[in-house]
Amino acid sequence: MKKRVVSIMLIAAMAASLAAGCGKSSGSDSGNGGSSSGGSSSGGSSSAGASSGEEGKVINIYSWNDEFRERVEAVYPEVKETSKDGTVTVLNDGTEIHWIINPNQDGVYQQKLDEALMQQADASADDKVDIFLSETDYVNKYTDADADAAIPLKDLGIDPDRDLADQYDFTKVTASDVDGVQRGSTWQCCPGLLVYRRDIAKEVFGTDDPEEIGQKVKDWDTIKATAEELKAKGYYTFASYADTFRLYGNSIEESWVSPGETTIKVDQKIMDWVNSSKEWLDAGYLDKNVKGQWNDDWNKAMSSASKVFAFLFPAWGIDFTLNPNWDGEDGVWAVTNPPQEYNWGGSYVHACTGTDNPEHVKDIILAVTVDKDNLLKISKDYSDFTNTTSGMKEAAEDDSFASEFLGGQNAFEYFVPVAENIEIAPLSAYDQGCVELIQNSFSDYLQGKVDYDKAKKNFETAIIERYPDITEIQWPE
Amino acid sequence: MKSKHKKVDYSKWGYIFILPFFVSFFIFSFIPLVDTIRYSFFEYYRSGIKEIGPNFVGMENYISLLGSDMLKYAANTLILWIIGFIPQIVIALVLAEWFVDARLKIHGTQFFKVVIYLPNLIMASAFAMLFFTMFSTNGPVNSILMSIGLTSQPIDFLGSAMGTRSLVGFMNFLMWFGNSTIMLMAAIMGISPDVFEASELDGCNSFQRFFYITLPQIRPILAYTLITAIIGGLQMFDVPQILTNGQGTPDRTSMTLIMFLNSHLKSRNYGMAGALSVYLFIVSGILCFFVYRMTNNDDPDGSKAAAKKAKKQQRRG
Repeated sequence: MKKRVVSIMLIAAMAASLAAGCGKSSGSDSGNGGSSSGGSSSGGSSSAGASSGEEGKVINIYSWNDEFRERVEAVYPEVKETSKDGTVTVLNDGTEIHWIINPNQDGVYQQKLDEALMQQADASADDKVDIFLSETDYVNKYTDADADAAIPLKDLGIDPDRDLADQYDFTKVTASDVDGVQRGSTWQCCPGLLVYRRDIAKEVFGTDDPEEIGQKVKDWDTIKATAEELKAKGYYTFASYADTFRLYGNSIEESWVSPGETTIKVDQKIMDWVNSSKEWLDAGYLDKNVKGQWNDDWNKAMSSASKVFAFLFPAWGIDFTLNPNWDGEDGVWAVTNPPQEYNWGGSYVHACTGTDNPEHVKDIILAVTVDKDNLLKISKDYSDFTNTTSGMKEAAEDDSFASEFLGGQNAFEYFVPVAENIEIAPLSAYDQGCVELIQNSFSDYLQGKVDYDKAKKNFETAIIERYPDITEIQWPE
Repeated sequence: MKSKHKKVDYSKWGYIFILPFFVSFFIFSFIPLVDTIRYSFFEYYRSGIKEIGPNFVGMENYISLLGSDMLKYAANTLILWIIGFIPQIVIALVLAEWFVDARLKIHGTQFFKVVIYLPNLIMASAFAMLFFTMFSTNGPVNSILMSIGLTSQPIDFLGSAMGTRSLVGFMNFLMWFGNSTIMLMAAIMGISPDVFEASELDGCNSFQRFFYITLPQIRPILAYTLITAIIGGLQMFDVPQILTNGQGTPDRTSMTLIMFLNSHLKSRNYGMAGALSVYLFIVSGILCFFVYRMTNNDDPDGSKAAAKKAKKQQRRG
C-alpha cells in the first residue's frame, strides 16, 4: 500500500510540474504571485501604476552588460552593496535591484526584453521591468509612442527642458518619440574621433602632433591625399571598409523608414559610402584581409604588428576595444579630429511602463544621467564622454582628465567640438537591421564576389526577411 | 462471496510508466507541431514591439515562399550535405569493416573508436568557431601554407563559395563519421560469423566479401544511417550559421534552409516560418518514405512480385 502511495505521489508531482511549466504563459491569476522571487510580502500592491504611492521591493533592470551597474554603484548614493555574482544590489532602504543581463549579440537582449515587455501587464509587481536600457541603433523601437514601453520623462517628474538643460541636444532628440516627447535619458554621449599611431605618423609625416595630423585628415579629400602618402610607405589608413560606415551612416538626411511608411529609402550617403569604400579598397588604402568589424582580423589590426594607421572610435571604443587589443606600450596612440563629425553608439536609460518603483527609477535616472558631479566622476573613472555640456568643457581644460593610454593626452579637448557639431541622423525602428544588412550585402560587392546590382538585390531579400512589413526599397539615383 | 481467483493484472503499470513520455511528447512536440501548421496560414509577426496579426491569409505564405529564394537555399543545403556525407559514409564503411575484421588484428580498436567519436562531442558551434579562426586570412592554416611556401598570398577560404562549402562539408564529415562507424560496426558484428567462414572456404576475396555479404546484410542499419543523415542534413544549421555569421556568405551560397527559417524568426515571423517548416516536414516525409522503400526491399530477386502477378492472372483467367 505504501509503495502505491509513493508512486502515485511521484506521478502527481511530475504531472503538476509539467502543468505548472506550461500554465505560466497563459495564467495571469494571482496564484502565480506566490512563486515570485525573493519571497517578499509585497503582493498586496497589485495594480502597479506609476501613480500608486507605495514603492515595490524589487527594481528589475534589463541591460546587456555590467556598464550601467558599475555606474550606478559608483554614483547612486543609496547603493549599499552588490552581491558577489553581480546579480543583486541592495539599497540602503532595503530595496533590491535585480540585474537581468542578456548579451547584445544576435539580438538576444532585445528578444528577452521584448518577452518581458509583452508580459509586463500580467507580471506580479516584483517581476515587472522597472528600468531597461537601449542602444542608439534600436532606441527608436522602444521610444515609439504607440508601443508605449518607455514612460515619458515628464510623467516621472523630470522636466527635460529644465532638468536636462545641460545635456547635449542630440541625445535628447534621439531619446524622443515622433511627437518630441522625451522617453529616455543617457549618461554618455558618443562623439567619435580619429585615433592614430604616433610611431607611424612620425615615420610617414615626420610629426606626430595631433594638431598637424588633424589638418591632414580634416575632410574626405584631404584624408585621401594623406592615404596615398601612407600607402607609399606600406601602411593602410584604416583597417576595414566598415570603419568609415558610421561617419556616413549616422549622418543620413532622412531616416531609413519614414514614420508610418513601409518603404525603405536608402540614403545617398550610404551609396557614397559604398562607392568611396570600393575606391579606397581598390586603391589599397584599406586592408583587404580585414572583412568588417568585430572579428579576429579586425582586432589583430589594432596590434603593434599591424600596418593600420588609424581607427575611428568614440570614447568607449578607445577604452573597450582598442586598449585591450593593443599589445604595445601606452602613449603610442593619440587622438585627433575625424574627417567628419559623427556619433557612434550610446546607451539610453528608460523607465518602463508599469513600473512599481517610479520614485527610485526617477532617482536613479537623475543620479546617473543628469547630476553633473556624478557625470564628471564617471568621465574620470570610466573615461566615458558624459552628457553634460558645461562639464565636458571643463574636462577639456582640466589635465586631470588626461588619458594614460593616450600617453597623457586629454582626449576631451577633441571630443567637445565634435559633440557640439553632431547632426544626429533621424532614426527609425528599422535602423539596426538596415545598418547591419546593408554592410553585409555590400561586403560581397566590395570584396568583388558579386556585382553592384546583385548586392542591391541581396540587401532587398535580406531586409524583407528581417522586417516582413517592409513593402518597397527605394535606391537613390 | 468474491472470487479469490482474481487475476493479478500488472499491465496498467506498463501504461503508467510510459505515460510521462506521452504527456511530454504531447505538450512539447505535438501541440507545437499543430500550432506551427496552424500559424502557417496566418500573417503573424512582430514589428518593433508591436504584434501584427494573427490574420488569416490562407496559402499566401506558401506562395510567397515559392517566389522567394527558398529553392536556392534547398540546393545549397543539398550541396553542403553531399560534400559531407559521401566521405562520411565511405570512410565509416571502410573503418567499420577494418575494425571488425578479425584477421586484420588491429590493435587498440577501442582507443580509435573513442577518438573518432570525439569530434561529435564538441559543440558544433564551438567547432565552427575553431574553424573560423583557423581558416581566417590571418589564421594558422594560412600561416603554415605561407611558411612552407605553398602560397605567397593568404588564401581567402571563407571568401569563396567553394571554400566555405568545403569547410562546412568537411566539418560535418569530421563530426559524424565516428558516429556512423560505430553504428555500422554494430551492424557488421551482428552478421553471423558462419557466413563469413563459409565464404572463406569457398575462396571469396575481401572485395567480394564486402560487396556480396557485408553490404546486403547491413542494409537495415545502412538505411537507418541514411535516413537520419538526410534529416540531419535538412536541418543543417549551427555549423554554417556560426561559420558565416548567419549570413550564408558569400552571396548567400552557404545559406541553408534552417538558416533561412532562422532569419524569419528574427522578426518573430511565425506565419512564414511555419509555412517553411511545413515544406520541410513534407520533404523529409517524402525522402524518408523513398529511402525506406528502397532499402527495405523484401523482394530482392523479384520472385514475390512474379508470384503475385501469376496469382492475379490466374484469378482473372
